Amino acid sequence: MKHRVVIIIPAFNEAQVLPQVIKSTRQQTLSWRPQIVVVNDGSSDATGEVARQAGATVVTHRLNRGLGAALGTGLAYAKQVGADIAVTLDADGQHDPADIRKVIAPIIKRQADVVIGTRLNSNRGRMPLDRLTVNWLSNLVTWLLFGVWTSDSQSGFRAFSKQAILSLRLKTERMEVSSEIFGEIHRHRLRLAEVPIRVIYTDYSRRKGQSSLNAGQIFFKLMLRLAR
Amino acid sequence: MSQLPSRLLLTLFLLFAVSRVVLRRREGTISLGSFLFWSGLWLLATVGIIRPDFTTYIAKSMGIGRGADVVIYSSIVILFYLLFRTHIMIENLHHDITKIVRDIALKETKARSTKHETNSNI
Repeated sequence: MKHRVVIIIPAFNEAQVLPQVIKSTRQQTLSWRPQIVVVNDGSSDATGEVARQAGATVVTHRLNRGLGAALGTGLAYAKQVGADIAVTLDADGQHDPADIRKVIAPIIKRQADVVIGTRLNSNRGRMPLDRLTVNWLSNLVTWLLFGVWTSDSQSGFRAFSKQAILSLRLKTERMEVSSEIFGEIHRHRLRLAEVPIRVIYTDYSRRKGQSSLNAGQIFFKLMLRLAR
Repeated sequence: MSQLPSRLLLTLFLLFAVSRVVLRRREGTISLGSFLFWSGLWLLATVGIIRPDFTTYIAKSMGIGRGADVVIYSSIVILFYLLFRTHIMIENLHHDITKIVRDIALKETKARSTKHETNSNI
């Protein structure tokens, strides 16, 4: 059976590395040609242009709305085109597109509705200690607030089945979306699976990713959201 | 006895606040957790107004020892309520802006799209 796969890459000012990310994603998926969609989240650099030149479909936010909003738009696009599977990848090049097949495998086998590419259970590419601590704290917060335990709540490498694409309703707009997704998984009783993935940490991706400081901010925002 | 009108007014106001929370919950703007938090907070304040000895008991148990000052208490309650309303309003505005930005983005993409590789062979 053929599956319509959409690969969503939320991007904010990523013109520097995005062409390479799209190129390697294209190379790794050459045989089954998924649609690569870049959600250009109000970038002030040439993110949209370079993505288009690299052959991706570009969905442009006129204003910067944050990671959560960009993921929401990507999933809305996937829903609009009737995708069977949606994959999300970070635009900073920290994910290896060679892992896409692994991440979507549980969905194709109908074993899961949401698959998280976990950076912890892999012996390929080690997470730096500060990231490890932030990640563990985020996992704890996700478990306390949403009742789902995961080894990597902040991973941006995920795959969603058609059922998940249709049912997920993301309300948070910034980084806290990574935890909110688990609340949605719990709420819609979706089946969750984890697959170990490779991480490629460069100075660039470390600069662009979450800092230890905004982990506290994420927790505060999630608490505000719950008390709303 | 002289405090009766102000206590009555505050009780009515707090019940009004509870009704707002119930309405927001019905329309799905707030989650079950926040519904329980805010309705619990307002109901607790109502109890404190109807039975001031309850607040005096709490004040004494915390070592404050002084009863409620109506003006300060009502100010805090109103400020809390306004803060809650403002928070909801800002959140709703954020959601509305995102919705508009998303709708425009999807419409523009649809209009621009020509031929896409939508049938993956996997």
